[in-house]
Amino acid sequence: MASEFATLALEDGAVFYGRAFGAPVDGYGEVCFNTSMTGYQEILTDPSYAGQMICMTAPQIGNTGVNALDMESRRAWAGGFIVREICPSPSNFRSTASLDSFLKKWGVPGIAGIDTRALTKRLRDFGAKRGVLLRGKVAHDLAAKRARSSPAYVGVDWISKVSTPKAYTWDKPLESGVPGVKPSEFKPANGGNSARLKVVTLDCGVKYNSLRNLVSHGAKVTVVPARTTAAEILAAKPDGVFISNGPGDPNAVPYLVETVRRLIAAKVPLFGICMGHQMLTLALGGRMAKLKFGHRGGNQPVRDESTKKVEITSQNHGFATVKDSFTKDKDVVLSHWGLNDQVVEGLRHKRHALFSVQYHPEASPGPHDANYLFGRFVRMMQTKKPLALK
Amino acid sequence: MPKRHDIKKIMIIGAGPIIIGQACEFDYSGTQACKALKEEGYQVVLVNSNPATIMTDPDFADRTYIEPVTWQVCERIIAKERPDALLPTVGGQTALNTAMELARRGILKKYNVRMIGANESAIRKAEDRELFKRAMIKIGLEVPRSGTAKTMKQALAIAAKIGFPVILRPAFTLGGTGGGIAYNMVEFKAKAAYALQMSPVSQVLLEESALGWKEYELEVMRDCKDNVVIVCSIENFDAMGVHTGDSITVAPAQTLTDREYQLMRDASLAIIREIGVDTGGSNIQFGVNPKDGRLIVIEMNPRVSRSSALASKATGFPIAKIAAKLAVGYTLDELKNDITKSTPASFEPALDYVVVKVPRFTFEKFPEADATLNTQMKSVGEAMAIGRNFQEAFQKALRSLETGRSGWESALPKGPKPSLSEIRAKLVTPNAERAFYIKDAMQAGLSDAEIHRLTFVDPWFLARLREILDFEKVIKRGLDRETLKAAKKLGFSDRQLGLLTGMKESEVRVKRVGLGLRPAFLQVDTCAGEFKASTPYLYSSYEESSDSPPTSKKKIMILGGGPNRIGQGIEFDYCCVHAAFALREDGFEVIMVNCNPETVSTDYDTSDRLYFEPLTYEDVSAIVDREKPWGIIVQFGGQTPLKLAGPLHAARAPIIGTSPDSIDIAEDRKRFGALLEKLKIPSPASGTARSLGDARRVAAGIGYPVMVRPSYVLGGRAMEVVHDQKQLDLFFAEAARVSPDHPVLLDKYLEDAIEVDVDCVSDGREGMVAGIMEHIEEAGIHSGDSACVIPPYTLREDQLEAIKSATLRMAKELKVVGLMNVQYAVKAERVYVLEVNPRASRTVPFVSKATGIAWAKVAARAMAGKSLRAQGLDPRKDYWRTRHFSVKEAVFPFNKFPGADTVLGPEMKSTGEVMGISRDLGIAFAKSQLGANLKFPLKGRAFFSVKNKDKRQGILVAKELSRLGFKIIATQGTAHALQSRGIAVETVQKVHQARPNILDEIHSGSVDLIINTPAGKGALSDDFQIRRAALQHGITCITTLSAAAETVNAIASMKDRPIEVMALQDYHKTRAL
Ligand SMILES: Nc1ncnc2c1ncn2[C@@H]1O[C@H](COP(=O)(O)OP(=O)(O)O)[C@@H](O)[C@H]1O
Ligand SMILES: Nc1ncnc2c1ncn2[C@@H]1O[C@H](COP(=O)(O)OP(=O)(O)O)[C@@H](O)[C@H]1O
Ligand SMILES: [Mg+2]
Ligand SMILES: [Mg+2]
Repeated sequence: MASEFATLALEDGAVFYGRAFGAPVDGYGEVCFNTSMTGYQEILTDPSYAGQMICMTAPQIGNTGVNALDMESRRAWAGGFIVREICPSPSNFRSTASLDSFLKKWGVPGIAGIDTRALTKRLRDFGAKRGVLLRGKVAHDLAAKRARSSPAYVGVDWISKVSTPKAYTWDKPLESGVPGVKPSEFKPANGGNSARLKVVTLDCGVKYNSLRNLVSHGAKVTVVPARTTAAEILAAKPDGVFISNGPGDPNAVPYLVETVRRLIAAKVPLFGICMGHQMLTLALGGRMAKLKFGHRGGNQPVRDESTKKVEITSQNHGFATVKDSFTKDKDVVLSHWGLNDQVVEGLRHKRHALFSVQYHPEASPGPHDANYLFGRFVRMMQTKKPLALK
Repeated sequence: MPKRHDIKKIMIIGAGPIIIGQACEFDYSGTQACKALKEEGYQVVLVNSNPATIMTDPDFADRTYIEPVTWQVCERIIAKERPDALLPTVGGQTALNTAMELARRGILKKYNVRMIGANESAIRKAEDRELFKRAMIKIGLEVPRSGTAKTMKQALAIAAKIGFPVILRPAFTLGGTGGGIAYNMVEFKAKAAYALQMSPVSQVLLEESALGWKEYELEVMRDCKDNVVIVCSIENFDAMGVHTGDSITVAPAQTLTDREYQLMRDASLAIIREIGVDTGGSNIQFGVNPKDGRLIVIEMNPRVSRSSALASKATGFPIAKIAAKLAVGYTLDELKNDITKSTPASFEPALDYVVVKVPRFTFEKFPEADATLNTQMKSVGEAMAIGRNFQEAFQKALRSLETGRSGWESALPKGPKPSLSEIRAKLVTPNAERAFYIKDAMQAGLSDAEIHRLTFVDPWFLARLREILDFEKVIKRGLDRETLKAAKKLGFSDRQLGLLTGMKESEVRVKRVGLGLRPAFLQVDTCAGEFKASTPYLYSSYEESSDSPPTSKKKIMILGGGPNRIGQGIEFDYCCVHAAFALREDGFEVIMVNCNPETVSTDYDTSDRLYFEPLTYEDVSAIVDREKPWGIIVQFGGQTPLKLAGPLHAARAPIIGTSPDSIDIAEDRKRFGALLEKLKIPSPASGTARSLGDARRVAAGIGYPVMVRPSYVLGGRAMEVVHDQKQLDLFFAEAARVSPDHPVLLDKYLEDAIEVDVDCVSDGREGMVAGIMEHIEEAGIHSGDSACVIPPYTLREDQLEAIKSATLRMAKELKVVGLMNVQYAVKAERVYVLEVNPRASRTVPFVSKATGIAWAKVAARAMAGKSLRAQGLDPRKDYWRTRHFSVKEAVFPFNKFPGADTVLGPEMKSTGEVMGISRDLGIAFAKSQLGANLKFPLKGRAFFSVKNKDKRQGILVAKELSRLGFKIIATQGTAHALQSRGIAVETVQKVHQARPNILDEIHSGSVDLIINTPAGKGALSDDFQIRRAALQHGITCITTLSAAAETVNAIASMKDRPIEVMALQDYHKTRAL
């Protein structure tokens, strides 16, 4: 398979020739790499990847095909998919289709057979780049030109493109996918007897596993579009608001920051992850800055300063909270740190019932170490008080 | 949390001799642990009976005891050294069991020694199969239905409940020893009995079968703050039912979705917490039902293991080193990632390559043994390869094995194509060649589905293999650039491509290089390229861009020994590592090339640059082309690199040390014969036969008995002693093929000659003898299998002088630079040369430990141009004339091969060795026997059965034994002979006479010592059955009178004083190894 040529070009002039797979279309986006060794389907269906083309560093991708349960949203979002080798013949008891046909279905182009390590090292050394993925063998200069003239990633509101058009309720709990096995990641807060708490999820590009986690932790979940106003949210009298992950540039969505600012003022318990964390950062007066090439993978160590314990986390972020940017508000506590490069990975507030992490406690894909945070959220909603932590 | 200050002195127990299931991976982990703890300023006390280990080099511990690893000896060491803590988790099952024994007997409490890493209760909970199951059920994990039996009666009851097939797994045994699969009641009775026998606590777990399920292993690390990381996931190519040690394994896992992987990860975290391993590494095995993903727990090893060594090499995460630091109180986030040097150790390695490990077997050495693979480990070594996909890594791994495979071939590339029924049979019953039969199956038209049904190999692997096969069609159409490149990405070797296209390997190479196709070299960096890594740990792949470019320093490249096998093991890795250490000290940049994941040489810490690559001409020369070393050393890795000397030299690669031509002289019988002529050094009369007629004539000419060695053999049987023409004909009939192009070599067999091993070193101008070892067994028992002593204990001065002068004259004539090993047979005043090996030999580590001089380092420096004198040695001095005696004893794998004969001969069968040291020869010998796990009775009943020619000397031995208070028993013939000399003897029935006979006596445990010099060979002879019975019951059984005599002396010494222990540092106060 994958016999037709394909060309990957970066704005800095680097060009890679490989074989095409997936949808027979051209693609564009910010090119980034992900070091997860499992979970390509979850990655492809994570709305946070909208506008990006993902290079998997693991060389053989597609081995386990795709299946319904591993969808993290209603569709695949990535702008393109870059692998060393695509597997034509998946093998797994849950597999219902091949990765190739899945990408065709969702219109995502792919390129295989390129030196993904060379590309990765390039992005590492020179930073994330815009790029285009073109059908056929396109001449070097032309390809590079197309890359330079491709649409911008930074400064664009990607969230509106992925957020749900209208509100809906969600009631599915976690599922292990293996008959007779209950999901090991589910550790109910307060011994599981948490009363039905009303949680509104502000959908910046939410992953289903966040919703499943909330339900499994005893919440009644409503998901609302990103442009829902604070007033509309508060009208539902929620016990707490969950601000989800989402794609793109946090500085390009002022309306969201405004919503979050009002929610904080309204003293409703807040839990933000990834984009949610970035919105809280900005709403609290902090600044977000772009990282050179970001954190994307399932092996990122984070220390929770309240327990001093290390958790291995699933991450996907290209922007990060600027350490000392909370000049106005001294009560912001930087609660979690990335140990690879000392990046802020979480915050909480001494006076407000809110906290957030830059990474993905809902995992899927990735380790479940940070799952305890949903428990914290439940406790916070029950006490309606700021987290009492060291 | 910073390190603990409440402990100062830590005792480490090593794994002892190399045996199947416990090989040099435990030297790798032990050495790392020693280094790590010393680095932290702790005093390290080490006990390990294996002299060929790096960890027993005096500078790796403060106090190094080369003593038997038994609880008794450990108690003496504890009493003497008074350590504060004991680290039991880096010495394999041996260390774990010994530590448990020390705890159980209250010895640790008595001397208040704390166990660090894993405590007693955690170890018991993990090792006791019953407690473990209960723990798993408690935390909601599934385990196979099972029951534990301590008696045959219980066993039968449980089997009836579970139904067949039943898996038998003895408690507290290693590598599944004594375990197996029973498909019916008959098999079950036999196997259950054996299993109960083999378990030290006579406890066997009987288990529901999960045969055919996918098997996985996870390597888990935990620190004292309960931070846990998974270092690596390993997926077995061979499904459940084949021991992971015997399975082809792949890292990372390839056929799990994230959901299933995380399930396994969560389970692993729960398990290590429930079992309560405080700190360090553990290995957890899972079975997964391919139909519905059902997950069952197989076992946990609460210690570093074979797999953790593999995982360390596969990921660059040094598990044992980190485990040692966690054991003294550090937490993962306080430790650095060694490879990136910028990120912490609290992370999970991300791989952007695929790793494949393939086991290496030696069934040809044990023709009578059952060669099917099951739940008991049988492989003696392994090779690992790294590639950018499974196909490439798989083919590289196969050519790393050095079994003549150039990659993934048909099972019988030269022989006739196997029939469909043969193929099916080979697929259904796991065996060493199965991966190759899969290719025959595909070529014979079997579908992947059919092959999966027969082998349970996951369809994903089969599909990848079929891609390799399908591409052969493209290759056969001709090698243009695109095809060649694609072939290389699938791991095809030049030789393989040659075979497919009818070209010579060299032609393919020329064409490939002409097309500008050379491998790239990529870094094992623990992070898939996310961070810059500063440690040059490299593998090759046909990729576009390379990592860590060569430096401009003065480089020396050392070629390692490849996978362990009988005849070439850890001793050679020891030499390579020493060469690396010495040359680094002298300021060279040292480049190591090897493909054996168990070794210290493949620790990225050992050399400046590590290339984890197959030791074939193609792969090595690619590295030479890239690095352009100043010198290449082929002399330390055994035959493997030596074989490459010729081709590398021809390609003008700068080989240093003894010249390839001299190597050829020593290896080529004709040229070597001429050399001996010239030097007037005697060697056994010999001749070459190209037909049976020839052979008869030659044999008659030189006179029986003769030693025959076919240059080509069937069933792997190599050398044999034949006593008359009848035996000769028989030999050719069943064992060897003889033809003009497959000549057979015949030597006069020197009966009852004393064999002597000599290692010497030369700087090209001056040579000196490093050690003269007198064998205890007579010539005819392979030097690797016989016990030997430094200094010689019966040879006369003039004989020693003759040996020295012959050795040095040969070294001079061969212009040896570096090491040379000679074997002599001394008979009737004459000294005959048996063979010369112009390289480091198996005995170098032993000689080094005995003399207190690191001869491999000396040799390496000599090769690099430093004279012996410049190294502070006096070539006229006999450093081997020590005041203490050092005895080396061999250790055999017979208990892993039910059915194999235990009698020794000219073909090597041992997997490892131990050393015993003492001022008293008897004690030194006794220590070597204890170290080799032989029971060493000081009283009881001794059974005698010696062949006629041995009777006279046998009488002396028997006399001495009865004087020492043993009760002598013997069968008719021997009994008469002894009684006639006035020795009290009790007569017992022969095996085939009435019952109860001697076998019954042995089985009922009423025999303590057996002296049986073989008259008959073959599975039917009485001798054979007696030896097997002895083995089964762990009764010391001596098959040569020379050894018997030594044993008696040792017993005498042992009777009048207890074993004393002494550290190597005290034996060699002045010298530095
Ligand atoms: N219930 C079972 N069904 C089928 N195979 C099994 C079962 N239990 C163990 N095995 C096989 O036996 C091998 C050895 O078992 P294990 O418990 O790992 O012993 P060891 O302590 O020697 O590693 C495993 O690698 C696995 O392939
Ligand atoms: N002519 C001989 N007489 C007696 N024993 C011999 C003779 N030749 C070889 N042997 C025995 O066979 C063993 C193996 O022979 P050797 O030539 O050393 O083979 P290898 O290359 O396997 O070491 C020797 O260690 C020695 O015990
Ligand atoms: Mg095991
Ligand atoms: Mg020899």
